[in-house]
Amino acid sequence: MNITEKILARASGRQRVAPDDVIFANVDKVMVHDVSGPGVIKVFDKLKKQGINVDKLWDPTKVWVAEDHFVPSADKMSAENVVKLSNFTKNYGIEKHFKYGMGQYGICHTLSHEEALVLPGEVYVGGDSHTNTTGALGSFACGLGHTDVAYVLLNGKIWFKVPQTLYFKLNGKLPDHVMAKDFILKIIGDISTEGGAYKTMQFGGSGISEMSVESRLTMCNMTTEAGAKNGIVEPDQKVVDYLTSRGAKNITLVHGDADAEYEKIYEYEGSEMEPLVAKPFSPENITIVREAPSVELDKSYIGSCTGAKYEDLEAAAKILKGRTVKIRTEILPASISIYKRAMENGLLKIFLDAGVTVGPPTCGACCGAHMGVLAKDEICISTTNRNFPGRMGHVESQTYLSSPLVAAASAVTGKITDPRDLK
Amino acid sequence: MKGNVIKYARDNIDTDVIIPGQYLKVHDYAELAKHAMEGLDPDFHSKAKEGDFILSGRNFGCGSSREHAPIALAHSGIKAVLALSFARIFYRNAVDGAFLLPIEIDQDAYSDIAEGDQIDIDLKSNQINNLTKNKTYKMKPFSDIIGKIIEAGGLFKYKPD
Repeated sequence: MNITEKILARASGRQRVAPDDVIFANVDKVMVHDVSGPGVIKVFDKLKKQGINVDKLWDPTKVWVAEDHFVPSADKMSAENVVKLSNFTKNYGIEKHFKYGMGQYGICHTLSHEEALVLPGEVYVGGDSHTNTTGALGSFACGLGHTDVAYVLLNGKIWFKVPQTLYFKLNGKLPDHVMAKDFILKIIGDISTEGGAYKTMQFGGSGISEMSVESRLTMCNMTTEAGAKNGIVEPDQKVVDYLTSRGAKNITLVHGDADAEYEKIYEYEGSEMEPLVAKPFSPENITIVREAPSVELDKSYIGSCTGAKYEDLEAAAKILKGRTVKIRTEILPASISIYKRAMENGLLKIFLDAGVTVGPPTCGACCGAHMGVLAKDEICISTTNRNFPGRMGHVESQTYLSSPLVAAASAVTGKITDPRDLK
Repeated sequence: MKGNVIKYARDNIDTDVIIPGQYLKVHDYAELAKHAMEGLDPDFHSKAKEGDFILSGRNFGCGSSREHAPIALAHSGIKAVLALSFARIFYRNAVDGAFLLPIEIDQDAYSDIAEGDQIDIDLKSNQINNLTKNKTYKMKPFSDIIGKIIEAGGLFKYKPD
């Protein structure tokens, strides 16, 4: 069995599982945020009317809550949702609630590893499609809707069809000007936004071993854009060190068997990779940056669960140091802990000196909700993960997806720019 | 199940066009319905009638896990989405929440069924009858667990064997 199959076998109390088996898996961790939480509460209200007991959760210690999509609240409805979330965690005895404005908070898919909330080998589900991100720690991590999350909260388990696995092998390190974001865009361009549907996307090879944990998180994050059920990397010492430094204990690593089976294996040479962008309106619509259309950009956005981890900010700082931006540029660290590190290490000064606006952690503009959405006809280069019509604001705005290096280089020139071509 | 078809002849209709991100804070189902398909077809709300079906191409519902998407369609009156294929979470949400039926069709049905056609979906024989054109197409049968969850009326009513 491969790693995903092993985790699902353990979680469903079976010796073996095979692709297409339907199982009920016990869940180790579950996450809700300010979008899925009120949705779950609504499901609970509906169930209550049907006479189903929703007084207690199966295990409140396994549940954690993030506020990220609509904080800081821009309107009454958002503010009320945040209050609903607080009442929910209070009523059900959920202690791990990362509240906006009270110390550590941030994007749920960043807190999951920054706070060591999910460990290797665990089954982790969340009310957000990018829950896949956390598979980079060697867990089975998967996004679900409100009804499914409500079911897990009450029953501690959920059904899955065991997925087929696509294995993406990276031979050798990526060049310095190429980031994990470029590599995952390349893969999505190759297999399409439907290429991973109902499947696992697993990453391995010497290039992945060379990658930092944060880069692997970027890879797994965007498996969602290929339609995958989960993305995963087999855990190694880097993962153990990462989580241990954040207080994790009792880490048990799960690995695939030597004879593990994969539906298909794709191989890539690290040295051949180039900086890429995904043009509007699909993450599969990729082109090499040096061949990108020469459009006048209105904005550069460096934020989100995909592109605002510490190393993403470091990459942007490398470009922005001593330079000034030519277009509106926003940098939003993905969590307060990252924000603090950026401050302590001088990154914030580099950004502010370059003319960038540094904002609080939020998903706001990435999902077109608030805090920097795009007007009609505006064009943005962004480190986020989706560029669907209207994703970041007006339905006639356009978003190009890129790595933080490319987004920062483009901020400096006002055009889509390969970091190697900066003067 | 009998109804009229609203056709979107394209692939990858994503959750951002089904219900744009700015409405994710809305949890009032009727209010969500007013904005269904707003990113693609601003007339959808006035167009959709109780019992209608949507017909579309590949990878319908790709993107977000937002359950708002099937809810917005269901509360617009849509009983089923017929598509060449579906994105994973949209498909689950539609079935587990018992909002609407996600029905996988073949190329024949996709090309042949036109906007405004009246069709009858027969879940027993896995057939789609086009009453307007007097033609019949096959639909992909639901997998075992999906069929059982649909029959039970959603995940919470389903009792595993």
